Amino acid sequence: MDVPIIELSGVVKSFGPVDVLKGVDLRAYAGKVTALVGDNGAGKSTLVKGLAGVQPFDAGEIKFAGNPVGLHTPRHASALGIEIVYQDLALCENLDIVQNMFLGREEASGGTLEEGVMERQASHTLQSLSVRTVKSVRQKVSSLSGGQRQTVAIARSVLKNAKVVILDEPTAALGVAQTEQVLSLVRRLADSGVAVIIISHNLVDVFAVADHISVLYLGNMVASLETKDTNNNDVIGYITGSKTYEGIPV
Amino acid sequence: MTATELTTPPRIGSGFQGSARDQIGDYFRNMRNGDMGALPALAGFVVLSILFSFLNSFFLTPLNFANLLTQTATLMMLAMALVFVLLLGEIDLSAGVTSGVTAGIFIVLVKNFGVDWILAVLVAFAAGLAIGTFIGFFVARVGIPSFVVTLGLFLGFQGLQLLIIGTGGTIRVETPEISAIMNQNLPVVVGWALLAVALSIAVAISLWDRARRARAGVANRPLVLMWARLVLIGIGGALFVALLSIDRAASRGSLNGVAIETDPILGVPIVVPIAVGLLWIGTFVLDRTRYGRHLYAVGGNAEAARRAGIKVVSIRMSAFMVCSTLAVVAGLFDASRIGVVTAASGSQIVLSGVAAAVVGGVSLFGGRGRLIHAAIGALVIAVIANGLGLLGLPAGVNFLVTGGVLILAATVDALSRKRASGGVLR
Repeated sequence: MDVPIIELSGVVKSFGPVDVLKGVDLRAYAGKVTALVGDNGAGKSTLVKGLAGVQPFDAGEIKFAGNPVGLHTPRHASALGIEIVYQDLALCENLDIVQNMFLGREEASGGTLEEGVMERQASHTLQSLSVRTVKSVRQKVSSLSGGQRQTVAIARSVLKNAKVVILDEPTAALGVAQTEQVLSLVRRLADSGVAVIIISHNLVDVFAVADHISVLYLGNMVASLETKDTNNNDVIGYITGSKTYEGIPV
Repeated sequence: MTATELTTPPRIGSGFQGSARDQIGDYFRNMRNGDMGALPALAGFVVLSILFSFLNSFFLTPLNFANLLTQTATLMMLAMALVFVLLLGEIDLSAGVTSGVTAGIFIVLVKNFGVDWILAVLVAFAAGLAIGTFIGFFVARVGIPSFVVTLGLFLGFQGLQLLIIGTGGTIRVETPEISAIMNQNLPVVVGWALLAVALSIAVAISLWDRARRARAGVANRPLVLMWARLVLIGIGGALFVALLSIDRAASRGSLNGVAIETDPILGVPIVVPIAVGLLWIGTFVLDRTRYGRHLYAVGGNAEAARRAGIKVVSIRMSAFMVCSTLAVVAGLFDASRIGVVTAASGSQIVLSGVAAAVVGGVSLFGGRGRLIHAAIGALVIAVIANGLGLLGLPAGVNFLVTGGVLILAATVDALSRKRASGGVLR
């Protein structure tokens, strides 16, 4: 198999006496969707915050495209092209789609904003993800539906050459049709060559979109499976700890 | 981005495509969806003006028009100053007393210490900046609600003002340059020349915008709309200057059947280009710079702004610094118009400033509003005072009507928003 774009081996994170991650391995490949599942408190969020550089890991090895790297600040993460779409999306409702996508990294020349350039790039990014649900890139985010907002948040993450996009519960607050839209967007995102890590509690979604499934249980990565080799019941077993898995990680 | 990407036009719209007719249709659709901006306030201003012109024949005279402008200027500056903090969902209750205290510092420096007036003005601005930094520090770094910090300053600065000016004291403004702001007019020719310069800048910026968008390969609005807008602005500006170029002394009338001979009073009051210039610079900063964009972003969703790498604390601090600094301008305007700085200068005006901003369509929750909204709101509040004053109604009525207009404006805003979001009042 190819070299994983990001590979964690034996990462450890403790908060005081509490060991949240006890030597976790995780791999994500370009062009593949890796689902990260686990019950509440399993350590998913901590793992993601480590990847984002927000809460650096205490120990363990991080390899990016085969080269060891450090992820100590959010700046390191974004320099490597690791982008995170948080569950609460973090969009400014009073701004339009272009303004949100470029927030904090506006194109400017001579001190004034280059609205045309930003509008162009935003349109192309949305187009490259085959987004059809958005009528105008100058719509205010307040006028968008939940699914459209998720779309904007995802498009924002890939605007600047993202290599790894981590999606935290992207379908949690969405209806059936919008979930469908977002999942197909996730698929297209991976097909465009990005490594996608998706965190979800919804196993139906996970089986619909993921290529690999990694299961965290109380700070340990208890299973790493190819989606096609497993089934819903087994994964639930690993998540709840009622089943153990002694396989070779994918 | 590859070459082919740049040559194919984007398929997703941007609201800039389509004919002039489509564009105008879009505009009205947005309005129906609750995005009315300053229109209700503008409509209110027009309605009130028509009403007062029927009720009092003096209302529509050039003299009263010039009076209205100078009466508005102080409030307008203060409301514009407040927009910067209101955009963050914060408030500065001390903006009024800051204008009073800094005007006090100015006048004491000039009169008691014989400091050169330019230096005294600079010291006043420095004091304003320092006050803003102080508020910003306590709000953004220490984390005290702005209401509390500025309420504290509001109370404290009334005392500071007493100490600076002296109990019950009033100090007359005898600096001709400061008195001139509100009491002198530009020569008629200069008024027209400034209008020509302003229009040229407006045309140049519009063309520059189009050129930039064209260079980026995105759609521009039909050219006819740009010219229509500029022509409207031109006509409005020309009417404005023309009205102020009429000799206003003539409208003073006569005494016992004998016409009073006075020197002609004509030309644009000096305060107008100052206020318009600051309005334009502020709007430019808010609309076209990263700083302005970040200010709106922090006001809309501070957490999102933080995650996007915006230095939220610095933006917060800067907003208070801008607000207090602009409040100094309001203080100098007030000193110029009244002709004195008193121990009570600026202690009454701040809530009127907030009211002006809200009437104009600035949201108290942050993220929504423009400087022009505050300016128009100030005009509405000032026209109420002006018109009711002409009718000879007691001052109490003025406060009642102003309060009513504020609540009416807030109601119009709330209803239009509810309608847009499909609420119960649809």
